[in-house]
Amino acid sequence: MEVLHAVFVAPFLDMANEPIFFLEVVIGGLMSGVMYSLVALGFVLIFKASGIFNFSQGVLALFAALTLVGLMTGTMPFSLQKVLPEFPPIVAIALTILVMIGIAFLIERIVLRPLVNQSDMITFMSTIGIAFVLEGVGDTMWGSDVKALDIGIPSGNWVIGDMYIQIFDLWATAIAGIMVIVLAVFFQKTRTGRALRAVADDHQAALSVGIPLRTIWIVVWSVAGLVALVGGIMWGSKSGVQFSLSLIALRALPVLIIGGLTSIPGAIIGGLIIGVGEKVSEVYWGPLVNGAIENWFAYIVALIVLLFRPQGLFGEKIIERV
Amino acid sequence: MLYREAGQFKRSYEADAAIFPIAQDRWAVIFFVAILFLGVPLVASEYIYQAILVPVLIYSIAALGLNILTGYCGQLSLGTGGFMAVGAVSCYKLTTAFPDMNLIVILLLSGLITAGVGVIFGIPSLRIKGFYLAVATLAAQFFLNWLFNKVAWFQNYTPSGTLTMPPREIFGTLVTGAEALPRDRYLFCLILAVLLGLAACNMVRGPVGRAWMAIRDMDIAAELIGFRPFNTKLLAFSVSSFYIGIAGALAFGVWLGSVETAEAFDINQSFQVLFMIIVGGLGSILGSYIGAAFIVLTPIVLTNLMVYGLGLEAVTAKHFEFIFFGSLIILFLILEPHGMARLWQIAKEKLRLWPFPH
Amino acid sequence: MTIDPRTKTGGNLILEVENISLSFGAVRAIVDVSFSVIEGEVLAIIGPNGAGKTSMLNVINGFYHPQEGQIQFGGEVRRQMRPYQAARGGIARTFQNVALFKGMTTLDNIMTGRNLKMNRWATNILSAAFYVGPTRREEMRHREHAERVIDFLEIQAIRKTPVGRLPYGLQKRVELGRALAAEPKLLLLDEPMAGMNLEEKQDMCRYVLDVNDEFGTTVALIEHDMGVVMDISDRVVVLDYGRKIAEGTPDEVKSNQAVIDAYLGTSASSATA
Repeated sequence: MEVLHAVFVAPFLDMANEPIFFLEVVIGGLMSGVMYSLVALGFVLIFKASGIFNFSQGVLALFAALTLVGLMTGTMPFSLQKVLPEFPPIVAIALTILVMIGIAFLIERIVLRPLVNQSDMITFMSTIGIAFVLEGVGDTMWGSDVKALDIGIPSGNWVIGDMYIQIFDLWATAIAGIMVIVLAVFFQKTRTGRALRAVADDHQAALSVGIPLRTIWIVVWSVAGLVALVGGIMWGSKSGVQFSLSLIALRALPVLIIGGLTSIPGAIIGGLIIGVGEKVSEVYWGPLVNGAIENWFAYIVALIVLLFRPQGLFGEKIIERV
Repeated sequence: MLYREAGQFKRSYEADAAIFPIAQDRWAVIFFVAILFLGVPLVASEYIYQAILVPVLIYSIAALGLNILTGYCGQLSLGTGGFMAVGAVSCYKLTTAFPDMNLIVILLLSGLITAGVGVIFGIPSLRIKGFYLAVATLAAQFFLNWLFNKVAWFQNYTPSGTLTMPPREIFGTLVTGAEALPRDRYLFCLILAVLLGLAACNMVRGPVGRAWMAIRDMDIAAELIGFRPFNTKLLAFSVSSFYIGIAGALAFGVWLGSVETAEAFDINQSFQVLFMIIVGGLGSILGSYIGAAFIVLTPIVLTNLMVYGLGLEAVTAKHFEFIFFGSLIILFLILEPHGMARLWQIAKEKLRLWPFPH
Repeated sequence: MTIDPRTKTGGNLILEVENISLSFGAVRAIVDVSFSVIEGEVLAIIGPNGAGKTSMLNVINGFYHPQEGQIQFGGEVRRQMRPYQAARGGIARTFQNVALFKGMTTLDNIMTGRNLKMNRWATNILSAAFYVGPTRREEMRHREHAERVIDFLEIQAIRKTPVGRLPYGLQKRVELGRALAAEPKLLLLDEPMAGMNLEEKQDMCRYVLDVNDEFGTTVALIEHDMGVVMDISDRVVVLDYGRKIAEGTPDEVKSNQAVIDAYLGTSASSATA
């Protein structure tokens, strides 16, 4: 009886009793949800455009952040000596974008091209391989200790009445919002966007109508790299650049599932749901079970969503024919 | 010249359906197993037992399990670590609660409990496929690890959160606990690895294996022929989890002796076993063993080479491991998706003709 | 091709399709189609592409569920049926795009056809793991039957070849073998001769007729080659845009004006026989 009360009644009473705090938690959750969405967006992009489920999206974000920090602190790759000139943030970001495009090139050349038209499972497992390689290379190049990242996004709190809202989070939301709009327009309205969708449907057919598969893939992975960079900057500025960044990105997978693999708005909404859900459940139900609900919350929710809607909330229905 | 089937006529379907239809194969395997049982204990050191032989055998069992689920039945699972944890925790709880229970019974029960858990997390496979299912299995991985970490009952309320295996005997020989001889641990695991491998071979070449492969290859057509996808998949989950659970129990009880479940059976374990079956060969019993050996040995070889040979730091060696494994996976997927087992098959085909080119 | 024309008259109805309508969203695949299949006959279902022929087979199989109408098979009336129930009732089929299990050998594929005939007790997991006496005997019993099918279809040489490596024509033959292994009452064939040359077609026709003759299996096949249809089928059903536009003996259908307009074209009225 007491257990039932503690689980089903008490947390809601807490929420009602201190609405301001609850609102803070929710808003905090929304903000962290935006960060998840950023990572999930990268996934959706690559999936929409090439049908590949890119397991390494999180590691891409980590690698991008590592490169950025390295450039900004003047670190020489592979040696950890700070002997190079320190680039100002804008320049460093531009250089990092170039690096990510370079990586897109390499991935297309070494991994994607030989695996054209292989089964989904195989390409998926190859992205796991990519994740491992990028992880190792990133660590070897820039070192695996925790690094601070500061590109000048304002921090501090914004006070409304009794509520504290982090200015940083507001900036993150704004940036993510702009990204989403740009990407959505890109996909729906431009010729390249259409070509991307064709490629996602059927590689061979796209090739046969003259769509330059290679170029498309490089474009897509570069854009995904860009998105990863933004995500990496956001996460890295907030909690430092380190290995656990890629674990957080792992948590973007359930976001994808919930939103639907092919839906950009789905990635956003899924991210928000998970962000809020995680924070709220951790704050209000966490103490009951010793904490760390965040570790599995996203996955269990994804599991439940999958049971009722295998294609996610906004995904396309999967039709199979004989 | 030596490896020819000439003169080996099979007079019954049974002979044709045997696990090793070619006589040379049979003898080779018997010889190899004999060496494992009799020859190795004469020369192996404690380090070799503890660092190489025992983990290879235990991971072979886990790889067999995952191969049944992913290689034969086509259901991708990233929850292997979590299921190994279930096996380990079941073993711990059972043996501490019933100190007189025979270790074999405890292992079997641990396997069965894990099979049950596996079935529960396999239920979503009714509606979910491919990487959706992989993400769903991640739910198992994280949730189970969290459960065993946070709920003190699973650890018998020890303050350190570490599970320790008490000493247990099989037929009068200690195989668990600090006093057990490495040789005895090894032989125990070897017997289990061989028996479970045989069982797997039998399952896979009969109607159960065909059902699994039918679901993997074309589940819609399979259903139209009369297979029942749901039952078949659940069966795959349960058998697979049974194996993985036993592997986890052995890893805890016989190999490591004490574990902190969240560390020992984390998501990296899931990836490791997945790599084993990719490198070894999806849908191959032999491949499970080869893959396990490869994945266990490589870090050891690499570390020895890099740290002692080239004088690099241990940390760098670890990073390089990541690069190496990632590249290996990609290489295998591009060149030989059927893994080393297929390479072995090709080698045998060439051997049949040797010394002739074709 | 000269094969003796055969006539079948009367006989029980093994399958009755009554007023079936099937839509996918706004697309109406089948509109109010009814026909019957007489036990022991060879029925051809013909029509232009997109007429709903494969969908019709899928409905009979239980893979698609029609919005209206019902099917009577083996004395049972039903609209919604799970595919394995259809299979258990004695319906086997082949597919337009060869749905073989590419990872398995020819023999294994045909053995999967025996799946429903296997003793439940002998195939449970524990028996399988130990593979002792009764399980082994059961497996061998079915192996014998599969080998008979292999002999019948003359595919002994490719018994152990993974089917993914076989040429298209042989794959289609293996698929027929898988369907035959199930000892079906009703055999549904979806374009079994597609992509074959004359010799291969003759072989397939021979197999189909032998199956029909020796085992009394009722056959319903979708086919585009009018020569084949005219020669081996007892009756023909013609579909167009989801509707039935003719039903009758091959001669009747051949001279039916609606069929000629929709499908055959004028030169077919003087088609070779």
